[in-house]
Amino acid sequence: MPKRISRTHLVASGGVALLLALAFAAVAEATGDEIVLGAAVSLTGKYSVNGKNTKDGYDLAVERINELGGVKVAGKPYKLKVTYYDDESTPARAAQLTERLISQDGVKFMLGAYGSGLTKAMAPVTEKYKVPHVEGNSAARELFTQGYKYLFAVLSTSDYYLRDAVNLAADVAKEHRKDPKTVKLAMAFENDPFSLDVRDGVLEDAKKYGMKVLIDDKLPPEINDMAATLTKVRAVKPDVLIVSGHEKGAALVVRQTGEMKIDVPMMASTHCDSARIAETMPRLAEGFLCASQWDRHLSYKDRWFGSADDYANRFEKRFNYPAPYQAAESTASVLVYADAFARAGSLDPEKVRDAIASTDMMTMYGPIKFDTTGKNTAKPMVLYQVQGGEYKVVAPKKWAQTKLVWPRKLSQ
Amino acid sequence: MENLRLLFDSPVLSVQLLIDGVLIGAIFALAAYGMALVWGVMGLINVAQGELVMLGGYAAFYLYRARIHPLFGIPLAAAAMFCFGWLLYRLVIFRIVEKDLFISILATFGLSILLQQLANTLFGADVRTAESGFGTLFLFGGAVTVAEIKLISFAAALVTGVFLIQFLRRSRMGQAIRATAQNARAARVMGVDTQRVYAWTFGLNAAICGASGALVAMTWVVHPYLGLPYTVRAFMIVIVAGLGNVTAVLATALGLGAAENFAGFIFGAEYQAAFVFGLLVAILVWRRFWLARERRYLQ
Amino acid sequence: MKLRRGAVAACVVLALVAPYLFPNWRTQMALLFIMIVFALTWDLLGGQMGYNSFGNVLFFGVGMYVCAIVQRNGHFAYYPGLFLGSAAGAVAAVAVAAVLGSGILGLRGHYFAIGTLGLGIAAGELAGGWDFVGAGGGMVPPLFPGELGGRETFFYYLCLALAAVTLPVLRWLYSGRFGLVLNAIRDDEDKAEAMGLRTTRYKTTAWCISAFFLGLSGGAVGNLLGFIDPREVAFAVDTFGVWMVLMAILGGKGTLWGPVLGAVVFHVTKELFWTYLLGWQRVALGLLIVVIVVFFPVGILGWARERWPERFGHRIEGAP
Repeated sequence: MPKRISRTHLVASGGVALLLALAFAAVAEATGDEIVLGAAVSLTGKYSVNGKNTKDGYDLAVERINELGGVKVAGKPYKLKVTYYDDESTPARAAQLTERLISQDGVKFMLGAYGSGLTKAMAPVTEKYKVPHVEGNSAARELFTQGYKYLFAVLSTSDYYLRDAVNLAADVAKEHRKDPKTVKLAMAFENDPFSLDVRDGVLEDAKKYGMKVLIDDKLPPEINDMAATLTKVRAVKPDVLIVSGHEKGAALVVRQTGEMKIDVPMMASTHCDSARIAETMPRLAEGFLCASQWDRHLSYKDRWFGSADDYANRFEKRFNYPAPYQAAESTASVLVYADAFARAGSLDPEKVRDAIASTDMMTMYGPIKFDTTGKNTAKPMVLYQVQGGEYKVVAPKKWAQTKLVWPRKLSQ
Repeated sequence: MENLRLLFDSPVLSVQLLIDGVLIGAIFALAAYGMALVWGVMGLINVAQGELVMLGGYAAFYLYRARIHPLFGIPLAAAAMFCFGWLLYRLVIFRIVEKDLFISILATFGLSILLQQLANTLFGADVRTAESGFGTLFLFGGAVTVAEIKLISFAAALVTGVFLIQFLRRSRMGQAIRATAQNARAARVMGVDTQRVYAWTFGLNAAICGASGALVAMTWVVHPYLGLPYTVRAFMIVIVAGLGNVTAVLATALGLGAAENFAGFIFGAEYQAAFVFGLLVAILVWRRFWLARERRYLQ
Repeated sequence: MKLRRGAVAACVVLALVAPYLFPNWRTQMALLFIMIVFALTWDLLGGQMGYNSFGNVLFFGVGMYVCAIVQRNGHFAYYPGLFLGSAAGAVAAVAVAAVLGSGILGLRGHYFAIGTLGLGIAAGELAGGWDFVGAGGGMVPPLFPGELGGRETFFYYLCLALAAVTLPVLRWLYSGRFGLVLNAIRDDEDKAEAMGLRTTRYKTTAWCISAFFLGLSGGAVGNLLGFIDPREVAFAVDTFGVWMVLMAILGGKGTLWGPVLGAVVFHVTKELFWTYLLGWQRVALGLLIVVIVVFFPVGILGWARERWPERFGHRIEGAP
């Protein structure tokens, strides 16, 4: 009997040893004429869909820049490289990994994580080490009121995501000779920094028009069912339903409003395109409004990828799925670095930071120009509507491909 | 308070909430049957229960992709998960049966995070749905809607319950399972192959979870991290209902679903989960005082 | 005895100079000390008293939030704010433990485990719905005022001090009557009660002691990480909450040094996995957990004790 026990222990210890060996075997150090960018992205956990988009966006940018000969800094060409860690969609982990990237791996330039909560945790770290931190996936307004000097965001802040939906509702009311004050809103936002910020923007604009908010629910992050909220929606009959809850929220609201036949003339959500609601549930998603940072049909161009459409094609060919805006903005943050390195003519983080601060460039993602707080004020948001199973830009007017269909036709 | 007033103003809302809640509860009931079975027979608390549901959901999703009608997808997903459960037992679970309950909690917790990331790597993190193509029923002149797929889950929960009772009562394996649950050593002495019984039990549990996962995929959405709520609710249900009573499990599950839905409506969705877990603690403490009082009566 | 004293002295010296030897690892090491506190305070109930709690992270979160609120609303300078906040956090955590104790500690076995799990999750959800503490958006404690790098060193020593106080306090508790009562409760609670021990009082006291240290570490960790999220930092039941248990079991529950050893091994292994097994780290961790609890259910120290009982001061019959 004792012999048996020791054998099982041997096997177990062997297993542990094997795992440890595996861990060490994977050590790889890269040097040479490379500029290493550090990134903690969510490969697992609740943001992992967008985390993958983010990583793919970074990878595509790095591949393309290196393909075109890399970045010339003071006459010397450098290749770019990204060191990744998995932050598991948790802020604690993200802060810790940022610290590790900077202090242990010697990374001097940081790319952003996906998600405002994570960036909130990371920004104090990059600030402390005075390391530039360019990100394309964290849009909470609060990030830009802290006086951070090293944080730059290429995207529009999250309070802008669904403001256009409120404006559209006001326009529609005016068109029908009604006071926008009579418009009634129902809102359900995931209880996370990003969605709460979207909510702030919506509330601000609703207040501006004097609209009435009938429902204001916060959805728990692990929500699997929205029946309680939607029952309330049916009871109070709002004119607009606004939902924000990443992919899961978008997929759930489309599915359950369809199933429960909730008839609201205007419904809007974030993250519809990365949740692919039009592709997987075309019948139920018809008429939904979706907030987006970017669209392939916009007339933006740059010297690396060509037009926005070219970028989308290249992305789809490389990763076999249509380019979501989360990938485009990640790519854009790498482009900001490439541009700044060349202009700084140095790899000194302080000089690179100053170069980033004075960025004024056009990319396939849109114009990029940072204000003093580090957010990109040059680029507007767009609002899609799902029409005939496709995303069509309906707002702002400048880029609208087609007119808004109102009220949305309920599928039968 | 606004919400309460709304509820009193139009009682038909309560009907909607009740129906939705009860039908949601049916899916919890399935996961809870499995947990009660495994807990009762093998003395094992399976924390990876929710992950079995998740895997069942993916099985149903891929079957749907292969253009198999979701109604056939449910039994097929269950069958696939039976094999998976069997395999899992033979690989890992057999080592933790008949050990400290606490060991089983931790070991299956390890399994659960392992399965989560495996699913994330294999199936991707995207949110998936299997379109069932079922319609919606209207009651009370359209004031109340019931998705047909939810009725199907309810029926599935009932059918599974009946099947489980009959299986445990009549079949040879069912009798062996019950004998093992009563006294594993005695069963072994009487010639029951308890290892086989355990493997069957765990496979059966996985199959039931697989069926509930298929229903989840058709009613809501599937993603690698959906498991925890199912595990925790299955726990609660089993604790309240007890181990050996399939009917009580079903009733508790339906009640929990309804309570949760009402809580979400009245307190707002942000306090729905807090309410559920607060309820769990309250039930446990109440149960303890109740038991203490019983004990006093006996003296 | 001399050897042991020498080893302890060496450890102390090493811990004191470590931030200067490995300046890049200061935050990691500070977290390691917190993990040690986690494992030790969990073991006070789980190992010594036989009450396996999954919700001790409740006190950690309460301490973290109370500390951050005091810092935010108190308008103190940084250091007084931090210390007052930590103290208030610890007091609040103890109060919560004392109030909940009589109800929750009456639960036995796995009912206690699941009840505490429910408490931990419910607390996270409540904090996540409460606008006063930032709801799901979380809170940001004030920025550290000192020079670059001063923050790491400060928190390193703070966490070190925390672990260095926890260990001897528990050692002192275990060596006296209190420890014996806890062990009696673990071995047979009904018998202990029948012997006239006021078990509920002892159990609640033990929980309060555990809560005190967890509350303190909550305040420190909130400031160390610089961001408080209700579910993933403060009331992180499925990470910190479970790790506490694992670390104590890995090292050997019911021993003084077991949890310390377990915390060190677990933390280091986990960090290695996260660094070198990108994308598979949780698979590896899950596998590791299964291996730990299946093959080493008594932990490293427990296993060593079975192997070499004489080294642990157990006399073998017949031995001289």
